Amino acid sequence: MALLSFERKYRVRGGTLVGGDLFDFWIGPFYVGFFGVTTIFFSALGTALILYGAAIGPTWNPWLINIAPPDIKYGLSLAPLREGGLWQIITICALGAFGSWALREVEICRKLGMGYHVPAAFGMAIFAYFSLEVIRPVLMGAWGWGFPYGIFSHLDWVSNTGYQYLHFHYNPAHMLAVSFFFTTALALAMHGALVLSAVNPAEGQDVKSPEYEDTFFRDLIGYSVGTLGIHRVGLLLALNAVFWSAVCIIISGPFWSRGWPEWWTWWLNLPIWR
Amino acid sequence: MTRKLVTLVFVLPALLLAGCEFGKKAVSQVGPRGTGLNQVNDSSSMTKVAAVPEPPYPLTPDMLEGPRANVTYQNVKVLGDLSTEEFNYTMAAITNWIAPTEGENAGCNYCHNPANMASDEVYTKVVARRMFQMTRSINSTWRPHFQASANGENAGVTCWTCHRGNAVPKYVWSSGLPTPNKLAGNRRGQNMPAPTVAYASLPNDPFTALLQGKNNVRVGGPSAYPTAHKASIQSTEQTYGLMMHMSQGLGVNCTYCHNTQNFANWAQSRTQRVSAWYGIKMVRDTNDNYITSLGSVWPANRLGPAGDPKKVYCTTCHQGLAKPLGGYPMLKDYPGLKGGYHSDTPGAAAPPVTAAAPEAEPVPTPVAAADTTKPAA
Repeated sequence: MALLSFERKYRVRGGTLVGGDLFDFWIGPFYVGFFGVTTIFFSALGTALILYGAAIGPTWNPWLINIAPPDIKYGLSLAPLREGGLWQIITICALGAFGSWALREVEICRKLGMGYHVPAAFGMAIFAYFSLEVIRPVLMGAWGWGFPYGIFSHLDWVSNTGYQYLHFHYNPAHMLAVSFFFTTALALAMHGALVLSAVNPAEGQDVKSPEYEDTFFRDLIGYSVGTLGIHRVGLLLALNAVFWSAVCIIISGPFWSRGWPEWWTWWLNLPIWR
Repeated sequence: MTRKLVTLVFVLPALLLAGCEFGKKAVSQVGPRGTGLNQVNDSSSMTKVAAVPEPPYPLTPDMLEGPRANVTYQNVKVLGDLSTEEFNYTMAAITNWIAPTEGENAGCNYCHNPANMASDEVYTKVVARRMFQMTRSINSTWRPHFQASANGENAGVTCWTCHRGNAVPKYVWSSGLPTPNKLAGNRRGQNMPAPTVAYASLPNDPFTALLQGKNNVRVGGPSAYPTAHKASIQSTEQTYGLMMHMSQGLGVNCTYCHNTQNFANWAQSRTQRVSAWYGIKMVRDTNDNYITSLGSVWPANRLGPAGDPKKVYCTTCHQGLAKPLGGYPMLKDYPGLKGGYHSDTPGAAAPPVTAAAPEAEPVPTPVAAADTTKPAA
């Protein structure tokens, strides 16, 4: 891949966490670093194992390929390769690849002297995955509680796991997560629309400054969170969406076994009006 | 400010979790690995298996000999084929099961006029006779409902299965009053945290529509396209409400019977769903032909607010357990309550399914691969 003529001078040496100068180089536009190498290692191994799992499975239909976790009877021990062991190794690879990617982001932040907001935000996504495949299975006492790797099969798992609690929409953390996801989409759409409306004035007019954007929302709802503030709001909404998603699945099973509607009986049973 | 925020960060989740269960969970896998077909129960709050009362005295084989009850006694219309001794034994048992208390109108006198035991003047005797017919019908006609039992011919019900020492079983239903024809404050039979539907906002009386008569429980369309859907949202929610009741009544979740990938698909369902299918038919038969059919025999104090008698649903027998009384083969001590099994008995419906995955052997094909929608009969 060709470099732009001015690109090389922005490349800053140092800032690595591991490996010193050894991996401190770029391939084409991509910074490598120690964690770039481990990302490649884990993702290549994991993908190869998924292909192996597909090869020993009943189908090559990409929708139906399914690599399932072990039976619950194996508990938290290692399972035979063809009976969920593959899933266990692929899970390790996935966490290795996601973690490496986050740490590669950290190294780039350090090079550029930036804050760690991007790796921290990505870390929340890793936490959600870690909750599903590690925290909840460990709390339930078996790897078999993790979700399977497959396009349709993981959707079926979501459906069945939801119906283990009769009506998952009554899960309070699920309610929060869904609300945050919708609000994130709303905030991003409004932010994008506002910026585009300011930089796309009518023919012959000047591009409008942020003061116009602020004034639009002050006229509309009496308040503008501001040009920097909207990004804080966006990050807060998005992180909360993922965080409460993780909470909603961690509490389903380890901390609640009945239908989620019944959980709300604590409200009905408050001593004030019971 | 910061301290307040930090406090809030810890207090809010703590409040959120306050309603939760922290104890050890009893879990079981009921489907192929990775499908999410699992049962989860909080060990400490699981329904305990209720004690089963001992027989009044041992029933020995020689007691089954001798003159029949309809020869010895007058007006014995159902249990007349029992020996006199077994008849008396059965009467002693049901007294203990239905009206065990002491008093003028308890014990034998709950159903009998002590001056004339043969008389039908006490309404409860008429009801009891119908209940004996019902019990024998359940134990013969509805044997498919007990197919999962390891108890063979002793699988079935006795009066105790429902009554548990009460004249009226503890868990029964009757129709609610029709919703008033007004706009304000009209919940239209839903949007209340009703225990009958496991505290969801679903229609809280799915029983009037679905546990008597012949309405279809199945609401799923044959394809994903909206044009193929015939059932209304209301009837769909009624079915959901009934399923919530079944889950609650049996202490299980939806995946005990269904693979929710396709609720209607029999090939992906467990054999328990076949038992449940027969169960719904059995409950309808019981309600229509043995309870509602008694009509004016029921006195006003045995009727619900809408004027219909108290009827059975799944919880009446199951009481929070997948197998009532933990599957105890109580019928072995009360052979008089069995009915001969006649496969050609009218009312025994044809089995809805040929292939269903047994518990021990998971479906070999990937769950997502099989998509043969095979509606039940």
